[in-house]
This record gives sequence, C-alpha cells and structure tokens, in this order.
Amino acid sequence: MNIVVLIKPTPDITKVRFNIERGTVDRASTSLEINPFDLYAIEVARRIKRLLGGTITSISMAPPQAEIALRDAIARGVDRAILLSDKRFAGADTLATSYTLASAIKKLGTFDVILCGEKSVDGDTAHVGPEVAELLGIPHASFATRVDKVETDKIVVESDYGDAYYEVELRLPALVALSRPVVFLGEVVEPSIPKVSDVLRARRAKVEVWNADDLKDVADPSKLGISGSPTRVVRSYHALEKGREVKVVKGDEGINVVLRALKELGVL
Amino acid sequence: MSWSGIAVYIENYGRGLTKTSFELLGKAREIVTKVGGPVYAIMLSNEEIEKYVNVLVAYGADEVVVYRVEDKELPNILVHKCSLVDAISQLMPKLVLFPATPWGRSLAPRVAASLGAGLTADCLDVYVDDGGGIVQVRPAFTGNIIAHIKTVTYPVMATIRPGVFPVPTPDSSRKGRVIERTLNLKVCPSAKDGYRVLGLSREKKVKIQEAKVIISIGRGVRSREDIKLFEELAEELSAQLACSRPLVDVGWMEKDFQVGFSGNIVKPKVYIALGISGAPQHIAGMKDSGLIISVNIDPSAPIAKYSDIFVIGDMYEFAKKFLEAVKTSKSGESRVG
Repeated sequence: MNIVVLIKPTPDITKVRFNIERGTVDRASTSLEINPFDLYAIEVARRIKRLLGGTITSISMAPPQAEIALRDAIARGVDRAILLSDKRFAGADTLATSYTLASAIKKLGTFDVILCGEKSVDGDTAHVGPEVAELLGIPHASFATRVDKVETDKIVVESDYGDAYYEVELRLPALVALSRPVVFLGEVVEPSIPKVSDVLRARRAKVEVWNADDLKDVADPSKLGISGSPTRVVRSYHALEKGREVKVVKGDEGINVVLRALKELGVL
Repeated sequence: MSWSGIAVYIENYGRGLTKTSFELLGKAREIVTKVGGPVYAIMLSNEEIEKYVNVLVAYGADEVVVYRVEDKELPNILVHKCSLVDAISQLMPKLVLFPATPWGRSLAPRVAASLGAGLTADCLDVYVDDGGGIVQVRPAFTGNIIAHIKTVTYPVMATIRPGVFPVPTPDSSRKGRVIERTLNLKVCPSAKDGYRVLGLSREKKVKIQEAKVIISIGRGVRSREDIKLFEELAEELSAQLACSRPLVDVGWMEKDFQVGFSGNIVKPKVYIALGISGAPQHIAGMKDSGLIISVNIDPSAPIAKYSDIFVIGDMYEFAKKFLEAVKTSKSGESRVG
C-alpha cells in the first residue's frame, strides 16, 4: 500500500498570540507543529501499514521552518516526508493549496489511499481533502468517524453527513478526511507518543524539500500561489468579545444570582 | 451569457430538506436585488417534486432546478457534485451558497475544485459592498480572527454556518418556475462505482445546536456515574446536556454531545458551563451564546472572561444546591398558580 498523509504544519493554537489592533496572527509567537487533526491521520496510516504493509509518505506545503513538524511526523511513523516550500507557493488559498498538493501526489506516481485530518486549527476550512480528491479524480469521504474495513482495493468508512452517520465504501485510490476521535477496526485511535529512539532517528532523517521547479512537469505555474488563488482577504480583525462584563460570585450567592438570571430570561 | 443571480443548494440526501436551506434562501432573497438576477434553488430528489417546489418558491426561489435521481444515488455525494457542476455551468449564477453542514462542507469543495472556483468556508455573513462586490465574512484561527473575503472570479462560492440567518416568512403568493433535469451518469464515472453508500450507520443521538438551554460539563467530572447528577439538573431545567472534549476522549460521553471547535458550534439562549476551564477550542464552540454562566473551582479559569456570570465553587456542590433551588422555585410557582 502506498499511503499518503497530508500534513499541515500549524501554529500551536493554545500558545499563538494575535495582534489585536491589526487583526492578524503573530506567526513568530509560536513554532509550527502538526495540525492536531492530522495526528489521527498519521496514526490511521500506521495501522493500515501494519495491516497491509507498504510505505507512508507525508506531503506538506509550508515555509522552511516547518521542517521541525515534519521531523515529528517521521518520529510518529512517516517513512518519507516531503515539504513543498517555495515563495511561488506563497499566498495560496485552499484551491491553490489543493492544486499544489495534488500536483505533488501526481509526481509521486502511484498511491492507494490518501489520509488527512478533517480540517486544520488555523484555516478551519475542511476544503483541502475534498479538493485534492476532485483534482485527482478519486472518491473521498470527509468527517470520517470510523474506518471499518480496509483492503487492497477498497476502504469502508463511517462518514458524518450532519443529520446522521452513513457507511460508505470507497474504491481505492481514495481520500479519507478523518475526524477525532476516530475508530479504526473497532478500536479508538489515539495519536501515539513517539519513543525517544524514534525522535533521535527522526532528527537525522532527511526531509525532502520540493520547489515549484520540481513540479514543473505536473503543474501549471499560473495555478500556484497567489496567482492560482481566486479568494482574497480584504479585511481582518480580532474577534473581540462583545464586552462581556463578568459578574463574579461565590458559593450560595451564586445559586441565587443564577436563579434570578434564568427567571429574568423566562427559562425558569 | 454572463454571470447573474444567486444559486442556493438545497440539502437533501434522503432525510428531507434541512432548515439551513431555508435560511440560505432568505439571505439570497435579501441580497439578490444588489447582486441582480434570479434566485435559483438547486436540489436532487428521488421522488415527486411538487411538494418541494411550492415550498421553495414560497421561501424565496424564482427558479427551482431539480435533478431526479434513483434512491441509491441520493446519498451519493459524487452524484450531487456532478449535478451541481452541471447546474452551475448551465445557469451561471454569480454566487452559490451551500450550508456549512458536514455534508455541505464535503460537497462544496469538490464542486469548487471541479469548476476552478474560489470557495469561502463556514461564513457568518455575506454582503454586497458599495462597489457591488460580494464580501464573505468568516472566522479563522479557531474563532479568534474574523476575515472579510472577496473572490476575484465567478462564481463566488461560500458555505454558510447553520443558524446564522433566520428562516424567512414564507410567501405563498410568490410565483416560480421549475426546471427538471436528469444527470447523465456517464459524465460522472467515479460516482457510479467509486463511491458506494452501504447504508445508514447511526442516527445522531442529539442535535445540540438546536437546544435553547445547554448545561455543559467538563474535566471537573470525576466519574462516569456522576454524570447522572448533571443529567437530572438538565432535565429539571428542560436543558440539553453537553460536554467539553475531555469527557469524549475518556469515552464517558459521545461526540454528538461535544461543544467546541472539533465538536459542535452552539449558540443557545443560555449556556451553563460546569467544571470547564475554557480551552480556546471550547470557547470557539460557545462564545456566541446568549447568557453564559460558568462554575469553576479555580478563580483563574480562562472561561471567566467569556462569561456573564462566573461562580467560584465546586461544580458538584453547585449542581446539587441549584437542583434543589430550581425544584423549590418551581413548586413555589405552582402553589401560587
């Protein structure tokens, strides 16, 4: 099995700081780590490899400092990590990002299953999985809560449609965007913590860096980066709380205050 | 032909039309005068369409475009994708709106990638600026940043978060037109054998987005059995019980009950957080609620600054005493009544 995992290096959302006046993210305030949703994709990739053999290749598009996140991916079980990094990729929206990732997958050649997290903690679009699948002309399932069967030519997953969960069989090659928590063949999957020996091995491992020239046989340069991006952010601001003035109360006084508030609202 | 009008995707994968579809029709009606052209409703159906058409027209559609499909094709997302690509190519709407439900968020990107169109995810608003440009408003960075986004090509495509627009009042005097189309599945090969729906797997246990009052419990819960106490409190208040992520991770509650960035984003009239410290991912899921009450033993819990009322205290003690107080209050009322 050729397993591809799409990994987005993202800022640690619990530590990242925001520029409140400018409504921007201070990207220097924290280092890049693996998007937490993608950790589940890596773990499911390991389980599939354990079951059917093969290799796990990760593909990421990010600035060079993302290398540290990819070493973490190697420590967690990725065999080959590819970082797509080039100024010509910069300013990409989800369409251009998906185009770049799909082009890199085409360059890899054969692939059986592509896994990714359902969305990222920074962009929160959930676009890239389905867009990559469309650009590669393969089926996909998003918001997958379970992997119930995986064979060399098909994968059966449970997908959250919103109103209910559906059982779906995808013919391989296919892409699955995984939710968390996720169940793999009846077992709840948690990202494993890498062993010290794996961390040391990953430190010496090679992270391949591909630029736009490396994709020239498979990609149209006008579809990369900002020129391939139909959407533009015209304005952004920090989502300041609408001035909640918190009333702090203790113990029994709290009971009365809450009771009164609910009565005022007609809830009680 | 040039780009004109607004198309609304009416979500129907075999369980009837979802409420968000009507919310989107209302929004489309509101801004279509500035965008120009008609409001299209695009849907797939495996049954007679009469009953849908009148409803969709009453809620704001000028033209209802229906693709008739077989029962087994209706929950196939690739059949929907091919139908929408066909419809959008034919109608050339300036703007296409999808509900940002899991289904809509899975479908819209495929349609966008197929058309090479720009797509904006999980929008909280769409408006037309003074220059006539369509602007999409969305949160990013786990709800910390709000971005206004323009798409420089047509069609402009967006998924809209359920519940942000009101359901409009239907107008049964409105007149509309139906266009029935059949999809040639030959142009959609992967839909035929690449994606096969084996069936309904599970119903959702709850739909916490629809609750008016939510009592949410977190890491402060010490054992699975203890959840009963909070269930009882929720029942007494006619509230929905929910939780933060740690209780899902330990397997005490199911994900359908989870509030937060990776669970469900809710906006009830009253949100009561018990024993939840307020990680950014949880805040992203509830910060737009009406009245926010939180109870935490730790006075420095981050959730305090997102709350209207912050009670410093033990969640168990609060729940027990509050339950008694609610019961007493209710019996008092019934005596008076």
